[in-house]
Amino acid sequence: MKIHEYQAMELFKEYGINTARCELALNAARAAKIAGDFGSKVVVKAQVLVGGRGKAGGIKLASSSPEAEKIAEDILSMEVKSIPVKKVLVAEAVDILKEYYLSITVDRDSKRMVFIGSSSGGVDIEQLAVNSPDKIHKLYLASTDIPPRKEIQDFAVKIFEDESLAEKAVDTMLKMHRLFLEKDCSLVEINPFVKVAGGGLLAVDAKINFDDNGLFKHPGIAELRSAEEYSADESSARCAGLSFVSMDGNVGCIVNGAGLAMATMDVIKLFGGEAANFLDVGGSSNPDKVLTALRIILSNKKVKVILINIFGGITRCDDIAKGIILARDGIDIPVPLVIRLIGTNDSEGRQILKDKGLTVLEGMSEAVQKAVELAK
Amino acid sequence: MSILVDNNTKVIVQGITGRDGSFHALSMREYGTKVVGGVTPGKGGQKVGDIPVFSAMEEAVAETGADTSAIYVPAKFATDAIKEAADSGIKLIVCITEGVPVNEMLENYYYVKSAGARLLGPNCPGIISPGKCKVGIMPASIHMPGKIGVISRSGTLTYEVVYSLTETGMGQSTCVGIGGDAIAGTGFIDLLAMFEEDPDTDGVVLLGEIGGEAEEKAAEYIKTEMKKPVVSFIAGRSAPPGKRMGHAGAIISGGKGTAETKIEAFKDAGVPVADKPDEMPRLLRDLL
Repeated sequence: MKIHEYQAMELFKEYGINTARCELALNAARAAKIAGDFGSKVVVKAQVLVGGRGKAGGIKLASSSPEAEKIAEDILSMEVKSIPVKKVLVAEAVDILKEYYLSITVDRDSKRMVFIGSSSGGVDIEQLAVNSPDKIHKLYLASTDIPPRKEIQDFAVKIFEDESLAEKAVDTMLKMHRLFLEKDCSLVEINPFVKVAGGGLLAVDAKINFDDNGLFKHPGIAELRSAEEYSADESSARCAGLSFVSMDGNVGCIVNGAGLAMATMDVIKLFGGEAANFLDVGGSSNPDKVLTALRIILSNKKVKVILINIFGGITRCDDIAKGIILARDGIDIPVPLVIRLIGTNDSEGRQILKDKGLTVLEGMSEAVQKAVELAK
Repeated sequence: MSILVDNNTKVIVQGITGRDGSFHALSMREYGTKVVGGVTPGKGGQKVGDIPVFSAMEEAVAETGADTSAIYVPAKFATDAIKEAADSGIKLIVCITEGVPVNEMLENYYYVKSAGARLLGPNCPGIISPGKCKVGIMPASIHMPGKIGVISRSGTLTYEVVYSLTETGMGQSTCVGIGGDAIAGTGFIDLLAMFEEDPDTDGVVLLGEIGGEAEEKAAEYIKTEMKKPVVSFIAGRSAPPGKRMGHAGAIISGGKGTAETKIEAFKDAGVPVADKPDEMPRLLRDLL
């Protein structure tokens, strides 16, 4: 799960990580007031979860309170990648002497936590990793215990040229480490982490992602979930306990299991079609879930056919069949259904559908091919 | 032969009195698996069918001589269950549970390792050596004893491929689901090595998906270390970047973990990659 920069900044402050002075504004007048209170130049930043807000004109410098008001007004009326901006962060503009990069995340391959740092901050780190991999330093941690200070010091001096700066970075890294574990994060990133006049280090931007599996332990953080991260369909699917991702095509999909759901989309593409969505109905096959899934898919007017591909394991084919009948009796289904059922209780499931005049296929390729043809 | 589980495997089901635990304990037993006991804290002395329930793993292992456990507890208790199994001397811990926090898995992975045990999963369908032993949730009926090893990050996609193998008369030595999470207790390479050693496995089917770089590393391993043929399928060619596709670990981030790089890596290692799951038996047959 992603959160906004201003929310991440709040967490940084809670953990004692030094940030540039900043406050959230929901309207231009408030932005002007904050700029006036700071009594300095400020940066007005659009708060959206998508990347590329800088390029879209969502980050601007203001040298006075009236200018901050004008800029905030502009930014609050713009869209970044078709997401309307509803909030801006007003931050004190600091004199930047140098920009660094610092983050902590999990390395899947080594199964270790890893600190990543660079003396070339302020740029896209993934791009930097491709163009100048030698400028990126990594420190893999042997366990989830607090790492020995010496280990972090040795790492920090590679990035921060002078020792007093490195010491300050070590303190920040220990705080990032604590935040990462205590809140079940998957990424804590400061980019840029800047050196200012007087020798201090400040977080000028903040990014925190959370492990969805850990959210049950942190109800306060789960509440921060932004509607922006998901389409309306994705949000209603989430409420119904379905795993759903919106796509651009016209073949609606209902599949059990994430791997098979992905493979189904792939085979649709192979046959020249495009999936309208990824949808995993999950293991337990409550007939109501099928009804909800059909309802969500049908709310997308682009959909011309719905492909139901079920390989019963824990999921019982007769439950799925009952769900399909429930939906057909309860809601208007204006598009053809292509149904493929196999596995646990498939003969019962087929019989239920056959009795209602629906045909059921056995092979996945044959079902996908038929759905793609119907969508054309 | 087969890998990891066979006729001699003795299984304890952790969380046996729960809805999923009891259902699958009985279904595993029906398949012929030696389910020698179950554990649910505070429920020692009860029975599920005729399977004795113990309150703690240590006691269950001492009483039954079990060497394997299958975990069906809710996610918030999974870490305790994994550690308890490792402490009890169990050698193979199969964690079916989905939704275990990643940061807990970082700890669990090394905890199990230092106890000298092996963890499979979490968020996996388990493992089956057809005709001998099933530890997990897969539908047993689609499997057939034979000489093909199957390794997969997915559940139902594995069933799809196993079904088409069985349909074409290609039975399986062992089918293993490593799970769909970012951190897996057992990876592709561990299992490829076991299949390479297993005299009764002639070839391997590897089912990968987007996210991480495990497939790329597996391709490298196959290229340098394996003599037996391997064929592959990668799910998620049509998945958009930055979106989590159901599985916690199935996400393309920062240009890494795409289907293209994985397919490229396999082709480079001489591993044919199927365009559709039902092509795999033919691809494998061509190499055997």
